[in-house]
Amino acid sequence: MSTTKPVNQKAWWLVLPVVICVAFSAVLPLMTVVNYSLQDIISPERRVFVGTEWFVAAMRDEELHGALWRQLTFSLAVLAVEIPLGIMLALSMPAKGWKASAVLVVVSLSLLIPWNVVGTIWQIYGRADIGLLGAMLQKMGFDYSYTGNATHAWITVLTMDVWHWTPLVALLCYAGLRSIPDAYYQAASIDGASRFAVFRYIQLPKMRGVLMIAVLLRFMDSFMIYTEPFVLTGGGPGNATTFLSEYLTQKAVGQFDVGPAAAFSLIYFLIILLLCFILYNWMQRVGTASKEGAGHE
Amino acid sequence: MNENRFRMRTLFLIAYIVFALLPIYWMVNMSFKTNEEILSSFSFFPQHFTWHNYRTIFTDASWYSGYINSLIIVAINMTISITVALPAAYAFSRYSFLGDKHLFFWLLTNRMTPPAVFLLPFFQLYTTLGLMDTHIAVALAHLVFNVPLAVWILEGFMSGIPREIDETAYIDGYSFPRFFLTIFLPLIKAGVGVTAFFCFMFSWVELLLARTLTSVDAKPIVATMTRTVSASGMDWATLAAAGVLTILPGAVVIWFVRHYIAKGFAMGRV
Repeated sequence: MSTTKPVNQKAWWLVLPVVICVAFSAVLPLMTVVNYSLQDIISPERRVFVGTEWFVAAMRDEELHGALWRQLTFSLAVLAVEIPLGIMLALSMPAKGWKASAVLVVVSLSLLIPWNVVGTIWQIYGRADIGLLGAMLQKMGFDYSYTGNATHAWITVLTMDVWHWTPLVALLCYAGLRSIPDAYYQAASIDGASRFAVFRYIQLPKMRGVLMIAVLLRFMDSFMIYTEPFVLTGGGPGNATTFLSEYLTQKAVGQFDVGPAAAFSLIYFLIILLLCFILYNWMQRVGTASKEGAGHE
Repeated sequence: MNENRFRMRTLFLIAYIVFALLPIYWMVNMSFKTNEEILSSFSFFPQHFTWHNYRTIFTDASWYSGYINSLIIVAINMTISITVALPAAYAFSRYSFLGDKHLFFWLLTNRMTPPAVFLLPFFQLYTTLGLMDTHIAVALAHLVFNVPLAVWILEGFMSGIPREIDETAYIDGYSFPRFFLTIFLPLIKAGVGVTAFFCFMFSWVELLLARTLTSVDAKPIVATMTRTVSASGMDWATLAAAGVLTILPGAVVIWFVRHYIAKGFAMGRV
């Protein structure tokens, strides 16, 4: 970080394979979607150019607004729970020895279950008659039902996501923590730094990079969540857990409206892009500011 | 006081592990039951213990070939992702060039394409290319989300290696490929391990693209599982057994990379 990187335009050659790969598997499909979004496809032979009609229709769609707000609330809730929980988990995981290995493996297990299985397992797990979670809540006196009660359904989807993805945050933070040399902690204890000071001025700055990955990944992925709530609740009861992807797929698959669905998905993509851009720049700024602050001390 | 804090942390860790393992335990529990037992009664242990579900998976070719297909797809995907990401990550960590910051963010944006509606274009593209129902098709489609992540993680590891090492090697007369393969790669092997784990994980569990692009020959296990949902109802027990078996390969992969994760990485850039 001390010296600036040398300018070398030939570095483009090293990046080229990645650009080609991603262009093939992302830009081509994206262009196709753009193409659809501007046409009314009546049959494979009959297409009419309709310009921005679908976009205008999408912007005015009340249901879409509803799904968008539910999505935003859900993604923010996901970040608000998973990031602190992941950091706490990483802080409490043992650093060395067989215990560290065992805990790493156990914590990561939920990441490796296919998403449709996650939904199915929670479907049984949450049932009051035959599932452990449902039965326990019922015993404690809650009239719990994720199929009947909208709030319960929403909380169940959130809990499922927390269960499923907090390990990702924890793994990244854990790796960030392990990169801190012992000397830092020794210096801190000589200075008599409090536990909080150690966290705030040593551990948090060192985790900044990995936290940024964790926040962005969790944000994007939760914003695109589809399979798990689809399997668990099917978007219901009512539309309590119908998030954006779910709604879009209903449009695209259920009604065979390729044009409007394509316009929707482009708007969707732009929303994620914008939010991630804001988040990315904000986190970068916060990071550099604290770095400069540390430099002045 | 120190003692207390230690105990608090252990308690928290144990509480989390219980929270994490209970649903998995329930899946394991279900996998040893029959469908009738799963749906009719609540029990912590299978009352009529049976290996039947596992036997179905191991004897039926359409089931176990799903695992083989998944492993092939993930292996191809991991190899391509890491091979193309290594030079790119090196370029990002060592040089500044025209548009580098924009390019880096653009790469990330490819993870943000909502798959649900990109399915149709993917389907058309691979049909046109004649790649439908091949392992390579799914592996290529999964590059969308794995390549950006691989570049990001590897770049972090590479930025942690001082640039003097490169310069000394060039002065000693190493060519770039030779330097990269014999000196640089061993230095970031932890990074490669961690990246491989993340690529494995995301590709292994992805359902929508994998299901759309395959029908018989290259069908991965996640897609095979969807057939437990049928008109005659859910086959919960077989699904649970298949779910238990999908965790195992990943658990092996984590076991191999655990030291790399425990060694730590801070990510230089960002």
